[in-house]
Amino acid sequence: MTYAPYFTEEHVQLRNMIRKFVEKEIAPFVDEWEEEGIFPRSVFTRMGELGLLGLHYPEEVGGQGGDYFSGMVLAEEINKCGCGGLPMAIAVQTDMATPPIFKFGTKDQHERFLKPAIQGKKIAAIGISEPNNGSDVMGIQTRAKRDGDEWVINGTKTFITNGTRADFVTLVTRTSEDPGPKGISLFIVETDRLGFSVGKKLDKVGMRSSDTAELIFDNVRVPHENLLGKEGHGFYQIMWQLQGERMIGAAGAIGGAEYAYEQALTYAKSREAFNQPIGNFQVIAHLLAEMKTEIEVCRELTYATAYRFSNGEVPSKEISITKLAAAQMGHWVADRALQIFGGNGYMAEYPIERAWRDSRLPRIGGGTDEIMKEIISKQIGL
Amino acid sequence: MNIFVLLKRTFDTEEKITIAKGAINEEGAEFIINPYDEYAVEEAIQLRDNHGGEVTVVTVGNEEAEKQLRTALAMGADKAVLINTEDDLESGDQFTTAKILAEYLKDKEADIILAGNVAIDSGSGQVGPRVADLLDIPYVTTITNLEISGETVTVVRDVEGDSETIETKLPVLVTAQQGLNEPRYPSLPGIMKAKKKPLEELELDDLDLDEDDVEAKTKVVEIFLPPTKEAGRVLEGELDAQVKELVNLLHKEAKVI
Repeated sequence: MTYAPYFTEEHVQLRNMIRKFVEKEIAPFVDEWEEEGIFPRSVFTRMGELGLLGLHYPEEVGGQGGDYFSGMVLAEEINKCGCGGLPMAIAVQTDMATPPIFKFGTKDQHERFLKPAIQGKKIAAIGISEPNNGSDVMGIQTRAKRDGDEWVINGTKTFITNGTRADFVTLVTRTSEDPGPKGISLFIVETDRLGFSVGKKLDKVGMRSSDTAELIFDNVRVPHENLLGKEGHGFYQIMWQLQGERMIGAAGAIGGAEYAYEQALTYAKSREAFNQPIGNFQVIAHLLAEMKTEIEVCRELTYATAYRFSNGEVPSKEISITKLAAAQMGHWVADRALQIFGGNGYMAEYPIERAWRDSRLPRIGGGTDEIMKEIISKQIGL
Repeated sequence: MNIFVLLKRTFDTEEKITIAKGAINEEGAEFIINPYDEYAVEEAIQLRDNHGGEVTVVTVGNEEAEKQLRTALAMGADKAVLINTEDDLESGDQFTTAKILAEYLKDKEADIILAGNVAIDSGSGQVGPRVADLLDIPYVTTITNLEISGETVTVVRDVEGDSETIETKLPVLVTAQQGLNEPRYPSLPGIMKAKKKPLEELELDDLDLDEDDVEAKTKVVEIFLPPTKEAGRVLEGELDAQVKELVNLLHKEAKVI
């Protein structure tokens, strides 16, 4: 359905296309990839070929020239594939690691990193969190020191999505001893440089089809051309990046919630207890009505905020509210869906336990619930 | 090369289908390009890319079919034609559709016309061959490979799992079988370009046809869903007794022996 001012007939066609792609080329393999703890690299190349990794990037950088909402369509639809891991890995590629390169990068950086990422030929990661630092970006310790025409990077990053096989990392570093935001700068670091290594692949409760790793930088030398944007401006750049990360995270949470809700609705219509479908019982029917309500409330909020974001505004309070609400809703809906499935919901042979595990992550990634509340409370004058 | 594709908008048989008042319930059904016609569209685009020329996609239906035509344009077809019979016809059959299409195509000097082997809704597989017959050109059905060199057309067709190679000449009409190709997904730029491509809308009048000329020759008497499958029965007890009971049931209940 078209939905002005957000979705035109072209978005509807795109949605149909993505749905078909997900049904044919992603969903049938999700179980296998979850089991293996990674999905094949060919998913990146295939999605690159189909233009799905650059929907909202302009044609000059190899994108499809679509608007911001074309990327929202992808985030919503791919999150209905039956897991949250692969969609998260794709979101890192399209909306987390690459937007700062597009926005702050040089032409040369567009050619070397953005284009191949859009084509699916290079896998991108974003390096913010460290073993001792997550939410407090200003406190990060990974250090880059200037040495002539080069920078020497030392430090460790953790919880890095796509980390085991990324070809480059959009990396947040400290470039000055001065405390505060002015000491932070961004670099793009190729992972085939001397001194770079993957510490270990991390095991986790959900998002299992997506690989997560610890990255070690031991005297990694990068040329000055790999500095992204201006030296000392990294904090503002990464704060801008996080807004997009939160928007796409909200869109993904809605897709995931819709998936869990649909599963629960179908189940409630077919599963019988006391000689009738359990959906006939008010306790289940009202639960589904509440789930639908929560999803729609968050969907409208997400679209409205994304609309402002797509028109160049950066309403950080509303983005934080949207991300907080959508992430909490996603987990709440998955939890209620599991309850409707009862004992079956707890079993691995049904799709709900995975949705439940995966839906826990959006409340932590891209800024925790607590950080969202901090941002909101500061903006309401506390 | 002047290439035409006959396309039908159908409901998606992978979705749940319900029947109301002797007809398929269109409320809530998902509509798609008939999957076999999608192979025809893909083959047409590949022919155009290899031999030059133009791909025109034609459908007979109502305004809703514009969506499926736009999808074909987004895949890469050049032009689309919707022959809208909504105001003129209450019902039609394969004869109706074939007659309208043939009337439209008769002065178009088509080199090749591609259609699906069968539509997944009514499944008659008649429209393609009937159009060819009315145009007095050869046709080959259920094709899985197509090669054109000059005027010579070499076709491999699926014959119940075996294949048969046939040579014929242009102009020709072929109907596509699964396996002919892998239809492409429309790209976002393709989708955006599609809305600017020409989509012509015609009515029976424009083809100098009256309702009487295309009046259906057949009538659907009844339409019903297959019976729902009932749970199987598991026999128990001694093997000998089970065999006896099975034979007895096959004879008396299932009446197959």
